[in-house]
Amino acid sequence: MNSIAVSASLHVRYVLRLADTCLIHAQRLSEWCGHAPVLEEDIAMTNLSLDLMGQARALLSHAGSLDGQSWDEDQLAFLRDERHYFNLTLAEQPMRRSSAHSSGGDFADAVVRNLILAVWFRLHWQALAASSDAELAAIAGKALKESRYHEEHAAQWVIRLGDGTEVSHAKTQAALDRAWAYTAEMFVDDDTDAYAQAQGLGPLRSSLREAWQSSVQAVLDEATLSVPPASSFLSTGSRGTHSEHMGFILAEMQYLQRAYPGGRW
Amino acid sequence: MNTPTAKNEWPLWEVFVRPKAGLEHKHCGSLHAPDAKMALQMAREVYARRQEGTSIWVLPSSQITASDPGDKDMYFDPMEDKVYRHPTFYELPQAVDHM
Repeated sequence: MNSIAVSASLHVRYVLRLADTCLIHAQRLSEWCGHAPVLEEDIAMTNLSLDLMGQARALLSHAGSLDGQSWDEDQLAFLRDERHYFNLTLAEQPMRRSSAHSSGGDFADAVVRNLILAVWFRLHWQALAASSDAELAAIAGKALKESRYHEEHAAQWVIRLGDGTEVSHAKTQAALDRAWAYTAEMFVDDDTDAYAQAQGLGPLRSSLREAWQSSVQAVLDEATLSVPPASSFLSTGSRGTHSEHMGFILAEMQYLQRAYPGGRW
Repeated sequence: MNTPTAKNEWPLWEVFVRPKAGLEHKHCGSLHAPDAKMALQMAREVYARRQEGTSIWVLPSSQITASDPGDKDMYFDPMEDKVYRHPTFYELPQAVDHM
């Protein structure tokens, strides 16, 4: 099945950046299905993943209608090439170690990433409630309730693991250190953000940094974790240039639609 | 009596969900969680993820005092032949329809 190419419209790009971050984060969370430390949390993580998948579907459908080529949500989710995905690089990083030799992290990586992204999403949805794009505002209104819960759930875990045993503290701090370098990208503006702000679509990413920092800091303080030092590394997933992990996650996600185009069950 | 909790195992909690405003909380099951706050979140995930409720209670299972199954005969069987304990022998005025 041939790949599709989305238009270069900055409006489409803006919606796809959010959609793809939801989609890829949902995919990574789904890898925990059947593997979480306890049954209750297994269900919780799957629920979070499904919430994000629902947000991705709504956003992809909207992007498809804006694009003018009538792509549907499935085509957008499964038939683009790597360079046409605009998710944050953090979302595509491995989040579960499937064997002793595979890359990825442990449960602490999952809860830390959930916190980092849930706060970022929550701030977006709050700001997007006033978007000039009515469909986007409606999606944000619904997603906000979900992100609030994701943030609360992740925060409770970060606090318990960070302020838990010596081992859980060390593992959670290590997970935070691994994730932190990718957070700079979350608040860097480019032409898409400038366009979004000028059109009243949504906020500059840089304008969310302070609120994000203070929400995350409050949780880290309670969890007795320390904020890792800033680095000069800047990831570029939301510009379409991804890390080495993106190709693998897409191969897994796209296999079925590529092999059996339009397949349904 | 407290149920002994295995080392490394989270305590057990009983979950009560109120299906909608005006109805009582109903027992719907139990789960393991490290503390009350997490128990509430887990209950939301496990027992209310399909819109089953509008309110949740959790309480430590160890706080429940239960009747002894061995006392079942003594506790419950004597009621079998005492139909007069049901208030079905009174004529109710129509105004008190829903006694």
